[in-house]
Amino acid sequence: MSATAKSLTLTDVHEGDELPELSYPVTATTVVLGALASRDWRPMHHDHDFAVNRNGTRDIFLNTPNQAAWFERYVTDWTGPKGRLGRMKFRMKGSVFPGDTMVMRAKVESVETDDAACGWASLLVTLSVGDELKTDCSVRVAVPTDDDDNPWTRRGHDWRP
Amino acid sequence: MSTQVEDIPQHVLDSIGEVQYEETGEFPVERGYIWTSCASVENGNPLFWDDEVADAVTGGPIAPPTMLSVWFRPHNWAPGRTEVALPLQVHFDLKETFGLPEAVMTDNTIVFHEPVRPGDILHTRQILRSISDPKTTKLGTGRFWVIDVEYLNQHEELVGVESYTGFGYRRDVAQ
Repeated sequence: MSATAKSLTLTDVHEGDELPELSYPVTATTVVLGALASRDWRPMHHDHDFAVNRNGTRDIFLNTPNQAAWFERYVTDWTGPKGRLGRMKFRMKGSVFPGDTMVMRAKVESVETDDAACGWASLLVTLSVGDELKTDCSVRVAVPTDDDDNPWTRRGHDWRP
Repeated sequence: MSTQVEDIPQHVLDSIGEVQYEETGEFPVERGYIWTSCASVENGNPLFWDDEVADAVTGGPIAPPTMLSVWFRPHNWAPGRTEVALPLQVHFDLKETFGLPEAVMTDNTIVFHEPVRPGDILHTRQILRSISDPKTTKLGTGRFWVIDVEYLNQHEELVGVESYTGFGYRRDVAQ
């Protein structure tokens, strides 16, 4: 892959833009792999009996750090590699279980350039199963203002996430 | 101050805003885990797979920012350890203090600062920010609390801050 891998620039982004939808069928492997990849050994993420009889949930379910990884992947699929996450705030409203098909969608809520000349897009990302919203995530991601800009070079007071 | 707030032990009230559990990660940030994490969510961002892109964009390989907490989850077992070490110890302390056997995380905010790179040895500190009055939700009755976890690298640069809202609860028995 070329070192000039394509990245979005701020001129490509507008309030109200919708990101391409990502649909993914969740299996027990998705849940267990995600838990182990995030070093989360707690049994509700790999032990069906514990999840059902101790936690009172339907099945094992996706853990929080792995959901964060899913949100990161979804957003940077859109921005390209120069997109730099500044802040994520997510609220879990329901669990995601094996057998669910999770669907991620996002809308650009605002676009701005801060006082340090860093370009930002604020997104509301949702993760749903069917008609049920499972998690929503507010994301503030730095996007290059033009092809010569690179948010990853910002440090100290020039980085205001 | 309400009656419910007065039920919170003084040592817990005193700990609000105080730094607790300063810890250093058990191992350096390493690429194998970065690739395992990316594989778990099918993240093909070339920053993590293509050194040429990483050199050009981030000055060398970095870890996915959302892996911050991964570097602090202790091994499930280690030689000589007599008890299972628990990440986010303040959360588990509160569960024990209030006698709440179950808990879930309801909110999580992560702010990202300096990139984390393979070989970094991070350290962390936990700060309890608040505890709610008793609440009843569909899960049961308990309390919400907010805990910040600050992450720094070996150069004392802040690499991120996570804020967790936890709900410790006891499942309500059906009437």
